[in-house]
Amino acid sequence: MDTAVHPTTPTALLESSGARAVLDKLDSELVGLAPVKGRIRDIAALLLIDKLRAEQGLQSTPPSLHMCFTGNPGTGKTTVAMRMAEVLKQLGYVRKGHLVAVTRDDLVGQFIGHTAPKTKEVLKKAMGGVLFIDEAYYLYRPENERDYGQEAIEILLQVMENHRDDLVVILAGYKNRMDTFFASNPGMASRIAHHIDFPDYSEAELMQITQLMLVQLNYHFDAAAEPAFARYVALRRQQPHFANARSIRNALDRIRLRHATRLFGSTEALSREQLATLQAEDILASRVFAASTATARKETTT
Amino acid sequence: MRITQGTFSFLPDLSDAQITKQIDYCLANGWAIGLEYTDDPHPRNTFWEMFGNPMFDIHDAAGVMLELRSCRKTFPNHYIRLTAFDSTHGTESVVTSFIVNRPKEEPGFRLIRSEEPGRTIRYSIESYAVQRAPEGERY
Amino acid sequence: MGNMTEAVQITDAKKRYSAGVLKYAQMGYWDADYEPKATDILALFRITPQDGVDAIEAAAAVAGESSTATWTVVWTDRLTACDMYRAKAYRVEPVPGIPGQYFCYVAYDLSLFEEGSITNVAASIIGNVFSFKPLKAARLEDMQFPVAYVKTFPGPPTGIVVERERLDKFGRPLLGATTKPKLGLSGRNYGRVVYEGLRGGLDFMKDDENINSQPFMHWRDRFLFVMDAVNKASAATGEVKGSYLNITAGTMEEMYRRAQFAKELGSVIVMVDLVIGYTAIQSMSYWCRQNDMILHLHRAGHGTYTRQKNHGVSFRVIAKWMRLAGVDHIHAGTAVGKLEGDPLTVQGYYKVCRDTHTKVDLPRGIYFDQDWGALKKVMPVASGGIHAGQMHQLLDLFGDDVVLQFGGGTIGHPQGIQAGATANRVALEAMVLARNEGRDIKEEGPQILRDAATWCSPLRAALDTWGEISFNYTSTDTSDYVPTASVA
Repeated sequence: MDTAVHPTTPTALLESSGARAVLDKLDSELVGLAPVKGRIRDIAALLLIDKLRAEQGLQSTPPSLHMCFTGNPGTGKTTVAMRMAEVLKQLGYVRKGHLVAVTRDDLVGQFIGHTAPKTKEVLKKAMGGVLFIDEAYYLYRPENERDYGQEAIEILLQVMENHRDDLVVILAGYKNRMDTFFASNPGMASRIAHHIDFPDYSEAELMQITQLMLVQLNYHFDAAAEPAFARYVALRRQQPHFANARSIRNALDRIRLRHATRLFGSTEALSREQLATLQAEDILASRVFAASTATARKETTT
Repeated sequence: MRITQGTFSFLPDLSDAQITKQIDYCLANGWAIGLEYTDDPHPRNTFWEMFGNPMFDIHDAAGVMLELRSCRKTFPNHYIRLTAFDSTHGTESVVTSFIVNRPKEEPGFRLIRSEEPGRTIRYSIESYAVQRAPEGERY
Repeated sequence: MGNMTEAVQITDAKKRYSAGVLKYAQMGYWDADYEPKATDILALFRITPQDGVDAIEAAAAVAGESSTATWTVVWTDRLTACDMYRAKAYRVEPVPGIPGQYFCYVAYDLSLFEEGSITNVAASIIGNVFSFKPLKAARLEDMQFPVAYVKTFPGPPTGIVVERERLDKFGRPLLGATTKPKLGLSGRNYGRVVYEGLRGGLDFMKDDENINSQPFMHWRDRFLFVMDAVNKASAATGEVKGSYLNITAGTMEEMYRRAQFAKELGSVIVMVDLVIGYTAIQSMSYWCRQNDMILHLHRAGHGTYTRQKNHGVSFRVIAKWMRLAGVDHIHAGTAVGKLEGDPLTVQGYYKVCRDTHTKVDLPRGIYFDQDWGALKKVMPVASGGIHAGQMHQLLDLFGDDVVLQFGGGTIGHPQGIQAGATANRVALEAMVLARNEGRDIKEEGPQILRDAATWCSPLRAALDTWGEISFNYTSTDTSDYVPTASVA
């Protein structure tokens, strides 16, 4: 073999397979998620080494690739699943590398005999790539004996075992509910090779995400707006149903609404600067501040 | 006897690996893939039973092979064919069709001649299998 | 640029129409600024003017003599909207590499033509001009028909897609063979050859162009015995089979009688020869549509006027006319067989037959775009001196929508006709399988055939007998836009 042409070092192999480019893309497009990114790199390294071992005849069975992503909504699970699918394709573990994202309703039918064909349809489309099942624990409803989710689970278990070359399954959802699900479905738990937890973003990371979004939307904060938004984020995080990046996005949409209303009452023509600048009052009008003041007031009176 | 309908019937029966490569070719061309079965192999029997709807939006041959295995398990002694459909303007029809499963015994056809005036003969073809049993019990 | 001088059209009516002789260019048949209308019919001529004749004047003369002109001015022109009826030569270019030869483009108004009549198109465009003395030679290279005119023709009665649906055969070329010997067999023995070929694996057998109804075999006996053979082979294989029954005769009435009998006997297909004429072809086309019959056209006689590059009518024009007139099969050349046909030029004919919208392709001799207005496609037929050993070349050149006919290559097989048919069918299916798998059949073709021959002894015998045969002669009709022109 001509060693001058053939890249032999692992990093070189990672580069030449194109997987390195995908990992770099992941680094740049997602803020934070340091432990997740680290895990992904570890998995990529493992898969690469497994490939080399297989070439040497050391590896007999292909590794299990099924995974479980846990964490709150808006922490990047679907995006990471897509990049994972690409990495798997570049390293040669799946043939086509596309992602099919489903929830329970895509897999489970409403009447007898409806579930199997529905699940099979999804599986057919996902073959050659990655099947991403969000909130997978909803498949398991033991309290309702007429629920057909169990049938879907059986089919999935079979496919995850017998079609390892054809399909990779990634389950996703809240950590505690996933743990309960696995406890009741040990067959499923035993097939998952990699568990990755997606922590909530820190406030600094959320501000970074905000900046990225603003740049994309062609807005910017003025001097007072920035700290106002930082306070907003701190308060919003304490409140229930915080969905990380998604909540940031929603907040920005509401701020833009108030910005537009404010400008609409203007008596003169609007400048480019005015059209692009978000001010503190656009942020401070949020109910989040009122709610927290009420809570604080409540706390001081009791 | 061996019915020679379909694109590849003069070659030895295709292996699953060969069928997979043909499916890849069809998917690469953007054709929808259909599976059909029958136990009435008359050459003018155009409409075989469909095993599920034609498959659009499939990315990989493994998806089709899943269905094919299921079809073979359900109808092991029927003729099964794999078809591909091209919807581009000017074609909008089947573009390939080959047999992927056969009954173990193929008794073939009888040629029926009915004499008409002069030297004219009216011909029709009848399948021995279809004659001997109702649908589903023929092979 | 040779002898090309600009002539000026006389626009003053009194001067234009006073008795006497004017140059064609002065009469208005040359207009360099003319923009062809979307509804104009366009023609491209390759002209060789006599020595001393100006190229533009010659082009104007072609336009004139194929529309309204005469050699002298006539006052009765003024009773008509003569500007509209005059064809206009609007562009003249020297042919690259051939001094003294010019391409000239002529536009004709739609009103000059009868709707739905190829005979009228032929009478108009080639009826007069080619005998014109000031031209040493002239060839009609290509024509463009506006969709407005295309839509006046019903087109092929069946078309490639419906033919395949009727035969239930998809995904590969169709296989045929001409019954040999061409002449002399009686009906019963002729039917024997048909049975053997179809039983062995061919989709079609075929009468040859000169089998009509001769003392050695009356047509009714041929039809009766052939249909028995066809049906017997169909029962033996479970496939739809056919044999092109030649219904060419001396009169239309006789042709209709023969077609009717073919239908009564249950044939899927009939054939006619080009020499019956364009009118007869259109009549048979309508009949075939009314009677669900596939119509095969043998291009008998075309070589007298299509083959020489400098004079005649290019076959691509005939193919266009025949698609409009409405045939389902047309012999269009093999490129690698015994009859004339440079590969690129032949591919050009195939495009005319099969495209939904033909695009300009100068190396393949296509000079105009042609929108076919959803007219059905014609199945080209490759016939003449081809054998199983060339299967990879044929599939590579022509794709799936073609009928490959191996007359001698089936009937001359050392192990018999059925073996010959089987060899061809196995070679074809193996090649299609390999091509679909992504193999390079141009390079690996011979190996693919050898691999199939290991388990198919008829194919092995065929390759041993004919493997080395090829027909390498310099083509007489090649593109002006490609330097080399021969088959490897």
